[in-house]
Amino acid sequence: MTRETTAKARLSIDGWVTAAALVIGIFYAILTAARTEDPLMSIHAYIFAGAFLLGIFAIIKAYYDSSEHQANKPADAPVEYNLDVIKAGVIASVFWGIAGFLAGDTLAFQLAYPDLNFDVSFFNFGRLRPLHTSAVIFAFGGNVLIATSFYVVQRTCKARMPGDFAPWFVFWGYQLFIVIAATGYLMGITQSKEYAEPEWYADIWLTIVWVVYLFVFLGTLWKRREPHIYVANWFYLAFIATVAMLHIINNLTVPVSWTSTKSYILFAGVQDALVQWWYGHNAVGFFLTAGFLGIMYYFVPKRAGRPVYSYRLSIVHFWSLIFMYIWAGPHHLHYTALPDWAQTLGMTFSIMLWMPSWGGMINGLMTLSGAWDKLRTDPVLRMLVVSIAFYGMSTFEGPVMAIKAVNSLSHYTDWTIGHVHSGALGWVAFVSFGALYCLVPWLWNRTQLYSLKLVSYHFWIATFGILLYITSMWVSGILQGLMWRAYDELGFLEYSFVETVEAMNPLYWIRAIGGAFFLIGALIMAYNLWRTARGDVREERRLLSPESVPSPVAAE
Amino acid sequence: MIKHEIFEKNSIVLLIGILLVVSIGGLIEIAPLFYLESTIEKVKGMRPYSPLELAGRNIYIREGCTSCHSQMIRSLRDEVERYGPYSLAAESMYDHPFLWGSKRTGPDLARVGGKYSDEWHTEHLLNPRGIVPESIMPGYPFLLENPLSYKDIKEHLVSNKMVGVPYTDEMIETAMDDVRTQVDPDADTDGLLARYPKAQVRDFDGNPKVLSEMDALIAYLQMLGTLVDFSAYQADGPNQR
Repeated sequence: MTRETTAKARLSIDGWVTAAALVIGIFYAILTAARTEDPLMSIHAYIFAGAFLLGIFAIIKAYYDSSEHQANKPADAPVEYNLDVIKAGVIASVFWGIAGFLAGDTLAFQLAYPDLNFDVSFFNFGRLRPLHTSAVIFAFGGNVLIATSFYVVQRTCKARMPGDFAPWFVFWGYQLFIVIAATGYLMGITQSKEYAEPEWYADIWLTIVWVVYLFVFLGTLWKRREPHIYVANWFYLAFIATVAMLHIINNLTVPVSWTSTKSYILFAGVQDALVQWWYGHNAVGFFLTAGFLGIMYYFVPKRAGRPVYSYRLSIVHFWSLIFMYIWAGPHHLHYTALPDWAQTLGMTFSIMLWMPSWGGMINGLMTLSGAWDKLRTDPVLRMLVVSIAFYGMSTFEGPVMAIKAVNSLSHYTDWTIGHVHSGALGWVAFVSFGALYCLVPWLWNRTQLYSLKLVSYHFWIATFGILLYITSMWVSGILQGLMWRAYDELGFLEYSFVETVEAMNPLYWIRAIGGAFFLIGALIMAYNLWRTARGDVREERRLLSPESVPSPVAAE
Repeated sequence: MIKHEIFEKNSIVLLIGILLVVSIGGLIEIAPLFYLESTIEKVKGMRPYSPLELAGRNIYIREGCTSCHSQMIRSLRDEVERYGPYSLAAESMYDHPFLWGSKRTGPDLARVGGKYSDEWHTEHLLNPRGIVPESIMPGYPFLLENPLSYKDIKEHLVSNKMVGVPYTDEMIETAMDDVRTQVDPDADTDGLLARYPKAQVRDFDGNPKVLSEMDALIAYLQMLGTLVDFSAYQADGPNQR
């Protein structure tokens, strides 16, 4: 390693590069703000300029702070991991998670009681909906993925992330993307492509951030002191690389002008539809699955104190999962103008995908072999394990819904919404909560969480909420699907559209209440994590014996 | 798994392996759509959106209508009976982006054009539950108040042309006038109708004094699904124009 006795420069190379880029960025943003005739674009240009300015202040501050502690370090000193950026990622994850759940539950109440739209532009369902989906997928999920991947890659490589500023650039650049996207939705700036709503300039910004993220991740792998790249990192790498590919291709677009917020997508009609769902389904496959499987492959063995069940299964799971997921997109377009062969191909691969998905589930669950008793005493592990169970359930439901005959009933209905949420709440959010409960004591050097009892409350309240949510959406979706296709004895359609809407109202209330339970659970978690970070420990009967609490060093 | 070591010990080999494996499916499924007859055929009647319709479409996108309304009638009996002939690929050939949607919280709108009057649409958008008591749609009263911003409509057509929509130079030149002409029943509409056959010309929102966002949105809704004449369309026949 190069941290020898030579006096270290006050600012690393990536600091200078970042500073130069930010200065250029400020000028460009101000120029855009001055030239645009689009008031929304000038708002966004000023947000960019302000954020870049803060970035420069941060670098200047680092420049003056750097002299003291950097000097003279022996070459064989223990690795000094970059943990501060991960702490920031944990805080951002909790914050955006709660914001995203709140937005989602607001939407749920709007569907049950439409007066809650208040008929103002920025609070209407149509503009809040992408705010919710982006907040939970990209802001909450994305921050969890960035934070955990930074942690896992450093730990399993026994190496510090390269650069002093690059990881921070990834973190803050990503937050800036979230702010631009979210404020854009509320002001009506959207491409309307699901889960790819941000307009062209936000997409370009995210691409820059993402490329730096890829290089920070790869750079850590290159510095590793372990011969092998650990399995969790395969999944993280597949997630980062594939999301880059999907993002760039699905957002190929021609802006109306360099100072306009509006652009027109390169592809049209049926081609655009398949590109979008190739992207959309693999946002599920690589963002919400591969990335979070990376979490599973590190945190479950760590928390259970057992090795991953099967090395061979990991390899088969990894390659077959990433190969097959890419094909599944057309199942979003059954019976549409997409050619039949493409639909059938999408359906076939979706069904085959069941196997690698369950391979991963088995690999995760069986990791608990010999440690099943911990489910009784460790609510964090229980959360992780239940997340894998939900993963198994929703990856079984998905292939079923991808069958054309089933899809003819389920498509366009709430069944799809329920399915997404059994995956999103049950799998993605629960595995994230589990990882956060592990990370906070490790990062803030606490011996234990503030309260395991509160984790237990969180677990049960959130699980109850999920069950209300998905069962109500099953009923609502199947009910509406059947009503749409019901015929009376004379051969006419039995129900008008609005009768089907009316029939779903009680179910919408149940769903909204279920969502509220889930939100309450997350608030309990936020409190628990905050007290943990402060170093508090709640007086309660111990669920866990001290020796079974894993420390971050133990199982490296 | 003898040779898997090579992936585990070399991050670049792993990265290249990943990129190769994830490219195959997309290439095989997506690339043919740019060549196959069924996905690129032209059908008689299809034309690019008039400038006013395009502006209305952009409001439809801005307000997130596509979150709750699909524009894709599937080839299923009940859908064809409820909404009309199933949607053809050609009917969205000028749609950048496509707006097929994925959820029907409200009904499909692929063929909503002409099903309701302009007054119905205006009232319904102002206060949905005033017309349909069980509706859960938000109201959009601000559309009637906001004047339509179309000073850069020319650039919009140019961008569309760049991504393949066959707007002619004449269409681009007259775009500003075409917006105004389409909401003015007294104007000379010959040029507009020659450029955009079947374009509907009238004041859409009931307020001739203001060219509002409501005008544009209703102009768009009223043309949805009206371009192809299905009484003459034959699924197996030559429909090239």
